[in-house]
Amino acid sequence: MTDPLKIGIVCPYAWDIPGGVQFHIRDLTAALTKEGHQVSVLAPADSDDGLPDYVTSTGRPLAVKYNGSVARLNVGMRSTKRIRDWIREGEFDVMHVHEPIAPGVANVAVWSAQGPIVATWHSSIEKSRALNASFYLAQTIMEKVRGRIAVSELARRTLVTHLGGDAVLIPNGVNCGAFTDAEPFDGFPGAGKTLFFLGRASEPRKGLPILLAALPAIIEQNPDIRVLLAGPSHPDEIKKKLPRDVADRLTFLGLVSEADKVRAFHSADIYVAPNTGGESFGIVLLEAMASGTPVLASDLEAFSRVLDGGKAGALFENENPRDLARVANELLADASLCAGLRERGRQRAWLYDWGRVTKEIVDVYRSVRTPGERVTEDFRGQLGGRFARRSGWRSDPNSPADAPTDVVPPGAHS
Amino acid sequence: MSWWVWLLLGVVLVISVWYLSSQAGRLDRLHRRVDAGHVSLEAALMRRAAVAAEVAGEMLPDPSSAALIAEATKNARRTADADAVTRSVAESELTLVLAGVFDDQESVQELSIGPDGELLEELASACRRVEMSRRFLNDAVRACSDVRQQPLVRYFRLAGRTPWPGAFDMADGPPEGFGVR
Repeated sequence: MTDPLKIGIVCPYAWDIPGGVQFHIRDLTAALTKEGHQVSVLAPADSDDGLPDYVTSTGRPLAVKYNGSVARLNVGMRSTKRIRDWIREGEFDVMHVHEPIAPGVANVAVWSAQGPIVATWHSSIEKSRALNASFYLAQTIMEKVRGRIAVSELARRTLVTHLGGDAVLIPNGVNCGAFTDAEPFDGFPGAGKTLFFLGRASEPRKGLPILLAALPAIIEQNPDIRVLLAGPSHPDEIKKKLPRDVADRLTFLGLVSEADKVRAFHSADIYVAPNTGGESFGIVLLEAMASGTPVLASDLEAFSRVLDGGKAGALFENENPRDLARVANELLADASLCAGLRERGRQRAWLYDWGRVTKEIVDVYRSVRTPGERVTEDFRGQLGGRFARRSGWRSDPNSPADAPTDVVPPGAHS
Repeated sequence: MSWWVWLLLGVVLVISVWYLSSQAGRLDRLHRRVDAGHVSLEAALMRRAAVAAEVAGEMLPDPSSAALIAEATKNARRTADADAVTRSVAESELTLVLAGVFDDQESVQELSIGPDGELLEELASACRRVEMSRRFLNDAVRACSDVRQQPLVRYFRLAGRTPWPGAFDMADGPPEGFGVR
């Protein structure tokens, strides 16, 4: 079962604009290619210059008002034709669509294809007017998708409440290998221990105020403690409001590069994530764990899940600085406790590594495919298409009924 | 009757035919998805049994566990042609035995560093695919049954003589030792 697959991935958002879905597809494509599979990505793009070889552009996206905000969508007959050409010429073993309900490329691609189709849901739109407004379309698209993936529990729940059915949970991947080795910053580790915080200081949900409120109690027991802060901030404004003794221990790194982020993890003894909400996953926690830095995080549902209920990292009561200080002091005083968290954290992070995640996604691909089956064009969306198919004018080359079945499928006749 | 009554009747007729034919097309598509789901679950179960048998043959991780796995595998294969309930019991049994044997992540990791790493990885993948295939099949079955239950679909017998789609129930959670997030 190690024969390589021909995979067509559909990205609904403009490839030349950075975004979570685009990065996900880029990393997934790299991981799939490394495993020997052949991948082609279909996405809108402003220009063909600088697109990687594996991306096929559907043309320039159009800024339109949709669902209360301006979205850049790729619609129009020219792009529809390109999508159909891509499906026909690609002869894919499986088509993997991201955010299939988003209007534009993803939508049209599912509409125009039939066969082994997989879809990934990324977002967790709480009240989706879009979903209800185009329910008929959404329903048809859902019915064509044979395998559904959700990247987080929240995304899965949204999907289940709005559209029914179920999905397998396969999270965003982490490149664990990129975090294992790095040179700490000059002067680290020093005489005392170091805490590390990452996030926009002015965004209250990142929880910096909680950490700052907990510091005096931590300093009391760890007089040499230092704190590294990364992310956009105004250091003077923050220091101004703090007692001198606390302010002096803060080192502001500002917006850091990916490489400096890894160095910061390796400079710190504990990574603190005091987020108070709005986190659906917690990828930074996994990055810290992959670096071998013990994690101390608020007990948000998403964090608790990533930290295996506190086994792979310590948890404190959300929005409670006193509890943060208590757990931090416990960790700072107990080297063996930290060593245990470091080991289990590292092990757990590898469960989220792109290598492992990709294996599971390939398992999904193989689960939705009957042997020899391919993705083909679906003409039923077109006028007269159904009659053409019914009369056998265009016969479907690989309906599952023709696939080899030597045993009665379980429950087929119950 | 005046002309507009005929026109109205004509329009209603065209809309009804269009609606029924689109429902029939939809149902056709859903039935094919259910069929594909059965084929894929079948393949996933066979593959799991085959890989588990190989693991048992290699005496991984110890002789008595291997004997248990071999027994459960034999049983699962024997019931491959039996009715859904008998089959579900046998396959669930294999799931439980595998979960019982590969219950510790650290030990599995130690084993997987050795020469049998690839085989273990294959078993993990086979277990995942049973779980996925079953979930996808039952999803298809639910979507299909929803449409078949509609009064108009029943009245006009749009499903033809296709048997009512059946879900497949079994214990299918992958062993904890293979790493559960």
